[in-house]
Amino acid sequence: MAETDAFMQFLLRMGDNTLILGHRVSEWCGHAPVLEEDIALANTALDLIGQTQMWLGLAAEVQGEGRTADDLAFRRDVWDFRNVLLVEMPNGDFGQTLMRQFLFDAWHSILLNRLQSSTDTRVAAIAEKALKEVTYHLERSGDTVIGLGDGTEESHQRMQAALDYLWPYVGEMFASDAVDVAMVDTGIAPDPASLHSAYDQLTGRILSEATLTVPDTSFAHKGGRDGRMHTEHLGHLLTQMQWLPRAYPDAVW
Amino acid sequence: MKQEWPLWEVFIRGQHGLSHRHVGSLHAPDAEMAVKNARDVYTRRNEGVSIWVVEANNIAASSPSDKGPLYEPSESKVYRHPTFFDIPDDVGAM
Repeated sequence: MAETDAFMQFLLRMGDNTLILGHRVSEWCGHAPVLEEDIALANTALDLIGQTQMWLGLAAEVQGEGRTADDLAFRRDVWDFRNVLLVEMPNGDFGQTLMRQFLFDAWHSILLNRLQSSTDTRVAAIAEKALKEVTYHLERSGDTVIGLGDGTEESHQRMQAALDYLWPYVGEMFASDAVDVAMVDTGIAPDPASLHSAYDQLTGRILSEATLTVPDTSFAHKGGRDGRMHTEHLGHLLTQMQWLPRAYPDAVW
Repeated sequence: MKQEWPLWEVFIRGQHGLSHRHVGSLHAPDAEMAVKNARDVYTRRNEGVSIWVVEANNIAASSPSDKGPLYEPSESKVYRHPTFFDIPDDVGAM
């Protein structure tokens, strides 16, 4: 695989993860159970969209075909997206949203930490900026998972159900393919598999404090980060997210 | 069972060297979450470098109905203001 192609794929994976999760979280705007959580979720969504601008902006630059981050976000179709399946899963109840957030934040923070020493200075700079935001996301989602997991009987049961539902989507974040091999060879990004033990340690600590039981299965749904097969949920999300620029191409404020 | 989170009063220090100022209130289950919520609700536009929160219950306040005995006596005591001294120019701004 040509080096530029692999780098482009890597950047799409990073940018699509934050774009799709950012959009999902933004769906809570005006609907969260309390005002404080509503604002906090909107802040998180905006942070993720901001990170998307950096990752997809760099992807467009590397691609060198004169496209912009907006073109990549709004003019690609489902099969072109490279986000992991976890981030496109529906919001469900508030607990499921926060569980998804926690499972992603934990991985995201470990990866960004490693990317700070990327051989590509642009990647390192984005990682450094994003890590500050993501450290806070993780603190917040981790605390909420603990609070609800070790909360009332109902909140505990809902958080356990969320964990059982989402856990099979965790494994994909640690899968490797030719893109990852090229990233490791060039020193741009670490092998995803090398993040797994730190992840298990971090999530194990929080989930046990939350009195939740990690499902005893290593089965992993895959197909998002390589675009082979997304879930049916992504298409619905894109319909919402992309309808305006598709209905009114090049519309401006 | 009480369903509502307690109310917290939020104080933010805008810059180093300034004192914390009351900026508003919010609900949170505990002090730690109150600080996080304050960060999200009141410092989105770079307003602060430090946050204090205190549960509203724990604030003792003067009663508005006591304002006569509490505050009126000082109205007639102008001599408590240090405005009767001539300040030499050399002192500069005080």
